Amino acid sequence: MTTVANDRNTDLRVIGKSLPRVDAVGKLIGLTAYADDIELPGTLFCKLLRSHHPHARVLSIDTSAALAMEGVVAVITGVDLPIKYGIMPTSQDEHALENEKVRFVGDPVAAVAAVDEETALAACRVIEVVYEPLEAIESIEHALLPPTDEPIHDYAGPGNIHRMGALEFGEVDEGFAKSSFIREDVFFYEGNTHLPMEQHSAIATYVGDQLTLWSSTQNPHYVHRALSRVFDMPMGHIRVVAAPHGGGFGGKSDPFSHEMAVSKLAMITGRPVKCTLTREEVFYVHRGRHPVLMWVRTGVSQDGKILAMHFRTALDGGAYGSYGPASMLYTGALQTTTYNIPAYRFEGVRVFTNKAPCGPKRGHGTPQPRFALELHLDKIAESIGLDPVELRRRNYVKPYSRTINHLRITSCGIEEVTDQVINASRYHERKKQLGHGMGFAVSSYMCGAGLPIYWNKLPHSECIIQVNRGGVSLYCGATDIGQGSDTVLATVAAEQLGLWPTDIRIVSGDTGLTPVDLGSYSSRVTFMAGNAALQAAKEMRDILVEVVAEKMECSPGDVMVGEGKIGELSFEDAALLAQERLGVLTTRGSYTPPRDIGGKYKAAGVGPSPAYSYSAAVVDLNADPYSGEIRLNKVWIAHDIGRSINSLAVKGQVEGGVYMGLSEAMMEGQLYRNGLHKQPSMLDYKSFTFLEMPEVETFLVDTVDLEGPYGAKEAGQGPLLPVIPAVVSAVYDALGVWVDEVPITPDKIMRALDARAKGREGRYGPKKFPQISYPPIVKVPPFDATSSAF
Amino acid sequence: MSSIGSREILRFSVNGRSHELLVKPYATLLEVLREDLRLTGTKHGCEAGECGACVVLVDGTPQLSCLVLPGQVEGSEITTIEGVSDGGTLHPVQQALMDHGALQCGYCTPGMVLSSKALLDSNPTPSREEIKEALSGNLCRCTGYVSIIEAVEDAGRAMA
Amino acid sequence: MLRLPRFSYLRPGSVAEAAQVLSEYGSRAMVMAGGTDLLPKMKRGQIEPEVVISLGHLDELRQIRAVSDGGFEIGACVTLAEVVSSSELRAAYPGYVRAAALVSSPALRNAGTIGGNLCVDTRCNYYDESYEWRKALGFCMKKDGDICRVAPASATCRAIASSDTAPAAMSMQATVVLVGPKGMREVPVASLYQDDGQFYMTKAADEILVSLRMPDPGRWKSSYVKVRNRGSIDFPLAGVAVALQLSGPVVDDCRIIITAVGPQPLDVSHAAQPLLGNRIDDTILEEVAAEAAKPARPLDNADLSYVWRKRMTRRAIEQAVREAAEVA
Ligand SMILES: Cc1cc2nc3c(=O)[nH]c(=O)nc-3n(C[C@H](O)[C@H](O)[C@H](O)COP(=O)(O)OP(=O)(O)OC[C@H]3O[C@@H](n4cnc5c(N)ncnc54)[C@H](O)[C@@H]3O)c2cc1C
Ligand code: SF4
Ligand code: FES
Ligand code: FES
Repeated sequence: MTTVANDRNTDLRVIGKSLPRVDAVGKLIGLTAYADDIELPGTLFCKLLRSHHPHARVLSIDTSAALAMEGVVAVITGVDLPIKYGIMPTSQDEHALENEKVRFVGDPVAAVAAVDEETALAACRVIEVVYEPLEAIESIEHALLPPTDEPIHDYAGPGNIHRMGALEFGEVDEGFAKSSFIREDVFFYEGNTHLPMEQHSAIATYVGDQLTLWSSTQNPHYVHRALSRVFDMPMGHIRVVAAPHGGGFGGKSDPFSHEMAVSKLAMITGRPVKCTLTREEVFYVHRGRHPVLMWVRTGVSQDGKILAMHFRTALDGGAYGSYGPASMLYTGALQTTTYNIPAYRFEGVRVFTNKAPCGPKRGHGTPQPRFALELHLDKIAESIGLDPVELRRRNYVKPYSRTINHLRITSCGIEEVTDQVINASRYHERKKQLGHGMGFAVSSYMCGAGLPIYWNKLPHSECIIQVNRGGVSLYCGATDIGQGSDTVLATVAAEQLGLWPTDIRIVSGDTGLTPVDLGSYSSRVTFMAGNAALQAAKEMRDILVEVVAEKMECSPGDVMVGEGKIGELSFEDAALLAQERLGVLTTRGSYTPPRDIGGKYKAAGVGPSPAYSYSAAVVDLNADPYSGEIRLNKVWIAHDIGRSINSLAVKGQVEGGVYMGLSEAMMEGQLYRNGLHKQPSMLDYKSFTFLEMPEVETFLVDTVDLEGPYGAKEAGQGPLLPVIPAVVSAVYDALGVWVDEVPITPDKIMRALDARAKGREGRYGPKKFPQISYPPIVKVPPFDATSSAF
Repeated sequence: MSSIGSREILRFSVNGRSHELLVKPYATLLEVLREDLRLTGTKHGCEAGECGACVVLVDGTPQLSCLVLPGQVEGSEITTIEGVSDGGTLHPVQQALMDHGALQCGYCTPGMVLSSKALLDSNPTPSREEIKEALSGNLCRCTGYVSIIEAVEDAGRAMA
Repeated sequence: MLRLPRFSYLRPGSVAEAAQVLSEYGSRAMVMAGGTDLLPKMKRGQIEPEVVISLGHLDELRQIRAVSDGGFEIGACVTLAEVVSSSELRAAYPGYVRAAALVSSPALRNAGTIGGNLCVDTRCNYYDESYEWRKALGFCMKKDGDICRVAPASATCRAIASSDTAPAAMSMQATVVLVGPKGMREVPVASLYQDDGQFYMTKAADEILVSLRMPDPGRWKSSYVKVRNRGSIDFPLAGVAVALQLSGPVVDDCRIIITAVGPQPLDVSHAAQPLLGNRIDDTILEEVAAEAAKPARPLDNADLSYVWRKRMTRRAIEQAVREAAEVA
């Protein structure tokens, strides 16, 4: 790992160092209790009965045989949980247990609590459900046709259309008219899933009107809200604790049926109730990457400047809304944060199908268009005889600028990340050689969404620091899902207080104890919770410094903080002295993103972020011209991190993102056959082992963002994005065929090679984009520059 | 012949402590460890031999505890993640994983630690290829594996 | 957590006793060696024995012995890992040991046995999932149903022969010793399998595989090439075992066995004819591979397209011949 530092601020003691995670030891010795490891006295075990029809009306459910079984304590169905919920205010379309109709194989209809899992499973098997099957919708094309039976949902529409959007910024027709070269391409990105190592698990208790739920969730706050809605109970009577987390990647961001079911069953039985999903069920719960069909048309000038772009997407949303309205808009939002596109039109649609619901996965809605965009630019570069890197450079956005869709760009290391990977990989010095190739791509990602998921004016992240008898505790709703947010918070506070990260006790992700942080999604935690923690820590530092200054009879400015000391006193003595005078010490911090970071048009809520990270990748591989098999040699990845809070943790996020990008580029696919998930197992849903993973060389570029805590930006999602197009581009470099679809499996490459051998276009991918009646285009007026700093 | 109809007393030792346990013949070692002995450090991701999260050492050899019946470990010495560190001192593999940032969510970590320990016990200076091969049945979704390889290499050096 | 259904577990004291209880319980019982194939399938309800008879602890099944005719006898419950770490076996049967080394993952090979590997169930992605999943899809002939989902016109199940070591053992003309109620018999590995994915083995259900007898390798050099998606964990998408005899660079004799392209491993040695008496070169090899791969009938019931798998069979044949001859 190489860090490219752009500032001389060297008095930081812990920020930016390569330090172990604060929660490492518990995990290493097997002591950390994940949700499924929690067991309370008298715990009952819950299993859900799931639909085996993709689309069917539920005519009746008979639970009597299950209830009569020895060891069964309670059985519930949709009648017991009539209120719908959903992560977004506009998609409250899920019942914890479906009572009227099921919409995908795996949709839960009943839940059993029994003395053990074996009994609960046996009881599920004797519940009799009578279904009336309905036509199952299995593809985007199919969903666009008028349904023969009935639409999957009775809201939205027409037919099975969930959401549409059509926006235009600048003069697109004019831009195309001025262009000297115009190109159109069609791409398909297959859906895939998060495959967290930990299977979702939740355990609930209900004691004296207080419901407590421990769950492997990324977003305890949103689960809290959903529970309050479903049980029509005040939030104050519900506590949601994000248990130590065995991997999320977006897959544990929605409120889920099993969380509702164990809560309800705990209320009914008065006993703790736990539900841990099987691996197969995790595939059904899904909320993963949407399959997206994409069409893009771009016009460029003679010298390769983008003059206009028209981007169309169609997303297969699966059976429920989930984050879908946002996912759809994200497929059109961030094209502009890497390239200066003076005229941009976006049309998107999300349809319902009878498959497991899609939602956010690492990069939420942006890996698909990024894949299409980067390859499309490669093709344009080739068509006009320009080096693909040079074409991109000519169009890169500038730091501190506004995009055509009104997004505020601040710190931006796109040039630097490009330089790093292009130079280190000697990309331009590679020799043309059949079977060997290199591919390059860039991307950018948000440091948290500018708006919360539901409308409110409260801060996005809040934090309390308490110093009591010399000990420091930091309370924040942020949820460590493995990305290291506890470590980030501890490090930020430690820097201010002159302590070591492990001196700070972190209490996080617990709606009963911690102030709200919206959750671990959209790469927001380091930026937002980090800022909240920074504010609280600064205030605490000021209190301590002031007290010590008084005692030392000097000015606060002369009190040095560091190495466990506040001025002449040890931290502990200083803290005790302050507590003597002021009582227990508490300070608060909060963060709300600025208002002017995006536009004011309808749908402007998706895309704005207080800062954007930038990543660039070069992939080097060998691709077999006979079999299409790929061997990855090396990946160079450069990431504009703003500044690392902990460079070891950032390196881990970057490498993990590269890995996930490679694995989904080359083998992962949430595939269906006859309305059923084709391969709901870890053996058949392929993901990389150690043996597929190539060497990775990481470059961290510090751009020191003005708003990020200590200048930090995100690392959790961005570095995945450029990797996927870079793989496909490298295959083209090696073999001269395009696979305009991921995953890029050897059989697809072979098909493209075959096509070329037969004199056809050396390409595999979707032939055409369907006819879609998008709504009329909304022409958005230019950004009003007078209302903003830049 | 011994038969286990519904239950049988199983004698085996876990992390140096011997146990006599009444077990169901169809409860896997994974279930016995997690549910009967409440040693929940052993994780599970598939229960079908496909992910490596449940790896424990049986007489020093890595085994997928989700596919081991209690009757198969009668009289064996089992090491789980709870038995790897020496009191307060981390095992070199654990220490190296920590120093290299080679764990994130930590869910694959127990299996990784045990597979790595078994490798280094038999081959303290493995090549990168040998490390990858030895750990190739342990999936991790967070780290991208790179740091784990570096850590195991380092741990080998520390143990040598 | 995916759990096992209930069953009784028997631990016989000897092979003879095992054979006796197996025949007593008949179709209600199954033997288990490492359990790495049986247990996941029982968890998914694909196989439902009421009684499981354990063999893994029987010392008589755990020996690797050099035998007087120059060959080796490998006990059925020797683990794949033990085979891989035996330098004697590696020297004598590089193809077979390579096949064992390529089975799944290291931890699985520490439990999986060579006998279990020869008897491993056939695979099909219309079948290898849970009871609930199969119910949603519609059951098939191999379990709980009556038609073949991948080849509805087929009268037999076309699930895929998936043992890596079977073709390698066949390429050495190995035999197995079986013990059943009618006593002991020795049969060629090649005759253990038949063209039916449901009843894929010819041995009687109450016969126990006791050992694998690998004949003196003599001048036979061998190799095994496995095609799969990932470098670990995965079953073969195609597998090719080759055994060769060379005089200098000239091929005297050549056996080719292909697997994972139908319900049984196939001996396609007849296709090697053009190689005999010749040096190995690209043209001959291409011809041989094309002919040898002809009986391969991959269907749309495994990972990646069957067209690709068929073509990769050819490629794997070429590679396996080269590797056996140690020519690049
Ligand atoms: C994730 C995963 C990946 C796998 N990958 C591969 C792979 O790549 N290649 C491969 O070949 N296999 C693979 N397997 C299958 C299996 O693990 C191996 O084939 C292993 O060698 C089976 O041996 P075992 O001793 O565990 O068999 P068991 O599970 O004990 O038995 C398997 C079958 O053989 C029968 N049997 C076992 N021993 C005898 C005997 N002595 N006499 C008569 N019948 C007997 C059993 O009744 C059962 O029907 C994989 C399994 C899993 C779970
Ligand atoms: S080949 Fe046909 S019968 Fe056999 S398992 Fe597959 S679908 Fe079932
Ligand atoms: S839980 Fe045992 S291998 Fe996955
Ligand atoms: S650290 Fe999360 S799965 Fe490995």
